[in-house]
Amino acid sequence: MSKPRFAMYWAAACGGCEIAVLNIDEKVLELDAHFDVAFWPAAMDVKYKDVEAMEDQSILVTLFNGSIRTDENEHLARLLRRKSKLLVAFGSCANEGCIPGLANLSPREQIFERAYTSPSTENPDRIRPQPACQVAEGTLTLPPLQPVVRTLDQVVEVDYHVPGCPPESHQIAAVLDVLIAVVKGEAQLPPKGAVLGAGNSTVCDECPRKRDVKRIDKLARIQELPPLATDVCLLEQGLMCAGPATRSGCNSRCPNVGAPCIGCYGAAPDVLDQGARLMTAIASVVEAQEPEDIDRVLDGLPDPAGTFYRFGLAHSLLRANRAALAEKP
Amino acid sequence: MADNTQQERVGVYVCHCGSNIAGVVDVQSVARFAAEDLKGRGVVVARDYTFMCSVTGQELIEQDIREQGLTRVVVAACSPHLHEGTFRGACGRAGLNPYLAEMASIREHVAWVHTDKAVATAKAKAIVNGAVERVLRNEPLEAIRVPIEAGTLVVGGGIAGLQTALEIAEAGYPVHLVEREPSIGGHMAQFDKTFPTLDCAACILTPKMAAAGSHPHIQLHTWSEVEKVEGYVGNYTVTVKKKPRYVLEDVCTGCGICIEKCPVLVVDEAHDAGIGYRKAIYTPFAQAVPNIPVLDPDTCTYYVGGKGGCRACEKFCPTEPNSIVFDQQEERITLRVGNIVLATGWDLFDARRIHQYGYGRLANVFTNLELERMCNAAGPTGGKVVLRDGQTAPARVGIVHCVGSRDRNYNNWCSSICCMQSVKLAHLVKERTGAEVFNFYIDMRTPAKDYDEFYQRVLDEGVHFIRGKVAEVSDVPRGPDEQGPLFVQVEDTLAGLQRRIPVDMVVLSAGLEPRRDSKAVGKTFGIACSTNGWFIEKHAKLDPIATMTEGVFVAGCAQGPKDIPASVAQGAAAAARVLSYIRQGELALEPVRASVNEAQCSGCRLCNGLCPFNAISFIEERRVTEINAALCQGCGTCVAACPAGAISGSGFSNEQLLAQIEGLLLDVARVPEPA
Amino acid sequence: MSESAFEPVIIGFTCNWCSYRAADLAGTSRIKYPPNVRLIRVMCSGRIDPTFVLKALADGADGVMIAGCHPGECHYLEQNYKALRRHRLLQRTLAQFGIEPERVRLTWASAAEGARFAEEVGAMVDEVKKLGPLNWPTRPVPQSEAAAEVAP
Ligand code: SF4
Ligand code: FES
Repeated sequence: MSKPRFAMYWAAACGGCEIAVLNIDEKVLELDAHFDVAFWPAAMDVKYKDVEAMEDQSILVTLFNGSIRTDENEHLARLLRRKSKLLVAFGSCANEGCIPGLANLSPREQIFERAYTSPSTENPDRIRPQPACQVAEGTLTLPPLQPVVRTLDQVVEVDYHVPGCPPESHQIAAVLDVLIAVVKGEAQLPPKGAVLGAGNSTVCDECPRKRDVKRIDKLARIQELPPLATDVCLLEQGLMCAGPATRSGCNSRCPNVGAPCIGCYGAAPDVLDQGARLMTAIASVVEAQEPEDIDRVLDGLPDPAGTFYRFGLAHSLLRANRAALAEKP
Repeated sequence: MADNTQQERVGVYVCHCGSNIAGVVDVQSVARFAAEDLKGRGVVVARDYTFMCSVTGQELIEQDIREQGLTRVVVAACSPHLHEGTFRGACGRAGLNPYLAEMASIREHVAWVHTDKAVATAKAKAIVNGAVERVLRNEPLEAIRVPIEAGTLVVGGGIAGLQTALEIAEAGYPVHLVEREPSIGGHMAQFDKTFPTLDCAACILTPKMAAAGSHPHIQLHTWSEVEKVEGYVGNYTVTVKKKPRYVLEDVCTGCGICIEKCPVLVVDEAHDAGIGYRKAIYTPFAQAVPNIPVLDPDTCTYYVGGKGGCRACEKFCPTEPNSIVFDQQEERITLRVGNIVLATGWDLFDARRIHQYGYGRLANVFTNLELERMCNAAGPTGGKVVLRDGQTAPARVGIVHCVGSRDRNYNNWCSSICCMQSVKLAHLVKERTGAEVFNFYIDMRTPAKDYDEFYQRVLDEGVHFIRGKVAEVSDVPRGPDEQGPLFVQVEDTLAGLQRRIPVDMVVLSAGLEPRRDSKAVGKTFGIACSTNGWFIEKHAKLDPIATMTEGVFVAGCAQGPKDIPASVAQGAAAAARVLSYIRQGELALEPVRASVNEAQCSGCRLCNGLCPFNAISFIEERRVTEINAALCQGCGTCVAACPAGAISGSGFSNEQLLAQIEGLLLDVARVPEPA
Repeated sequence: MSESAFEPVIIGFTCNWCSYRAADLAGTSRIKYPPNVRLIRVMCSGRIDPTFVLKALADGADGVMIAGCHPGECHYLEQNYKALRRHRLLQRTLAQFGIEPERVRLTWASAAEGARFAEEVGAMVDEVKKLGPLNWPTRPVPQSEAAAEVAP
């Protein structure tokens, strides 16, 4: 019997998820041993039309990383949904928008403005990319940006979620183990909609730092703070850490090395809006009663939406800035 | 949101409340809406009825539960504050868990506040829809049962606290009465006569003090303060700090020789309001209970001299062993009680704050409390009303009402006793000195039994009552003819004139204020103060005795200014409430509580400092947070704060509230995102 | 929709002890106020999670009112200060989403302040009317297989 087919696709994302899969070392050979890689642009050359030609549902599992930012992303999401039995939202972008999703705080025009004409870009002729452009060889096209970034499950039905930016290698390996066991007939598929490769608590659960009752009377960026104690909760030292509101599973990688958690594993189980959880938790323990004093502490958080929704914006309750949402495609 | 609501069977009942609701809301249309449009949401019966809260109305629900197998009930009627209990009861009788019922308030929040029938009906539908969505997520709850310890802590030994302590003790249950002064008695012990009967305060108070002092069920802890309160209703652990008296309480016989021999005379700021003297070792007054002196190390020669010299008290103490212990230490005792009554009383408004009235600046301006002490036969002047020189009787006296009260610049409230106290003082001054007395009032407030009669009597006695707020008390004559020595400047609003009344003495009826430390005390006991500082009762009208914290009650002026009969009544009422708890032996608490899902709790400790009732604790070994259900009062702050969503609140869960939001918004026209 | 025809829908969160009772009192006193507010009872303003506010706005409300006991008068001592802090942080965040501060009003009303409650509702309704509808677009849901496909 032939091996089941495997696919991996990279939509609006940085590519880190692809590298994370390679980071599983020899495990990748097991992948090869049990699956027939049908489509994986980062690893091998297969054309979209080849995928289109495949029979529906002929791919057993597709790991889809990246959010839906362009028409091309959306096309591929739909295509792969049709061709795959199991579609896995792989990594933070596919699950919740991640860093690309932060662009949802601005309408497209502002994004272009910023990217192509701000002082940081050397572009005296103010050249902008165009959806189509004539060259001697014919017409070149670029997929247009959609008004806002969407997550994979806002576009097509998703079977499983693997969070993380990128997912941790040991978690990817664990997910592969499950898939291989299923292929071998040794295990049942987890229930549809399950989150794989992550814990059920939050990052603090795995963080070794000592913690106390929290009272926040200042918040600052790491460079504004005196050298931090290596074994005490970062939040208690005035550093905004998203660990309390971020799903566990990464073995508290960032806090372990003195960097605050920024929230890439997304919301804890059953949480509707990660940013809201973080916001309410932080605000609750601000050590001030009078509006002015509260504001003084909050001034230490100059970009609250960007801080609380660094990863989860596109998947949050509001999803995007009002002006961006209202744009016509 | 996971929808496990498919199999529920909901009954919706829309009340007409006579025409109260039906006059503005089309109740039939609301019931039809529920029956038809909400069928898909599990509504199997929807009825409208004239009075849902009537026996027939309740039976309607009970019958449907039994016959139609309802699993959820929504009653669209008045505010849940009125009839939630009623309908929960009906559900309970029919075998449905009472917490599976919800009320939709379409009377107070719709019919009574809106006029347009169509709009009101639409709003009522949205509210019903919200309630249906919420009730679908309700969970059956069981009341939390806690046993009640028989002992009671009464804080404050004034007349209110004494009354509470005696009532409970008489019923045969143990009471710990904690008083921070050396003796119980409170402010009432400072007064001379009480209005309107002119009973001698001491004559009616001291028997109660003595009874409390000797009662087998009352344990007095005077010169003591409550430091820490842990636990919950039925089961409080209280730490009491006993300040050193430097006198052995169980050895001292109260003979008073030490006081006699002590060579140091100190102004008595407490009991004698600063116009009398006491020794460095003293009992605050002759009838003090317990009759055991305290030594004041701040004025005692031995202590002031760096622990050398004097020791006269010790030398003359006749007891064996000697009762004087110079190195006595502060002590802490732990009490276990089931209920707590706070009767911590009041402080006098500091009349110095009203500079233009001259108190503290003009010698012959007195406070009401000073005059009380003067009138008291056991007081510093032996009952004589005299000027600051200690001998001259005043010929003309002005008494100013409402000092610091009913005044935006100081306290907004009416201190409620000053009118009557001022009338009484006017009578006493007249009786003792024959002086001409002027009372300056804003309004006369004499609302209780026999009060106005007393006012009439004093009017008949020839006391002048001038209606107007005093602008100033001055000692500067306006010209060579003006004879003071003091002048009361007032607008006589009845005569419509400015008047300047020359007097020898002015008495300021300073108002009642919350204890200066009431906020901190409230915190210790887990109860709230209003912004003014008075303790907040559970309900201003229907429960002025309980507080939001189960098992903590308030009595007397700590809850708000009141006179002696009202304090006594509230003290007795608090006792009745406590006794009822004790007799029940066990209490059922509302199961609206927070709880932690341990598997989801990461032990981040963000919630640990949020609970005012100390219900939240951290279990170091397991690195998780726990909530004590009996301590939790169900506010839900921690539920809303938990960053992991690991705390849930029964009765007010996220699922319930989010579903209600959705339900309330169901009729809102929506635009899809442009695609 | 013209401004005068626009009737906002506002979700009001009220605490069991003060503001809900204030609303009850407004009713008992027959004080009229605009019908645009729909109330949800929670035990304390401290129970109010920003999630609820976001949910209401995302689900079509034009505004959200949070009403608690006056500072210092919360029946759970000081939980309304937590509501205050959350509100201030939420406002900062909402600004980045383009949501005007007037749409999320925090206010206090004691159980005796039925009239104040009614006034606050009136004032908020006026403000939101001036702002116009919020009309937050509905959340995209995965379309079925049959849905039109976007060409690459
Ligand atoms: S809900 Fe939470 S914060 Fe409120 S009383 Fe209970 S444990 Fe304390
Ligand atoms: S109970 Fe009203 S705000 Fe806390």
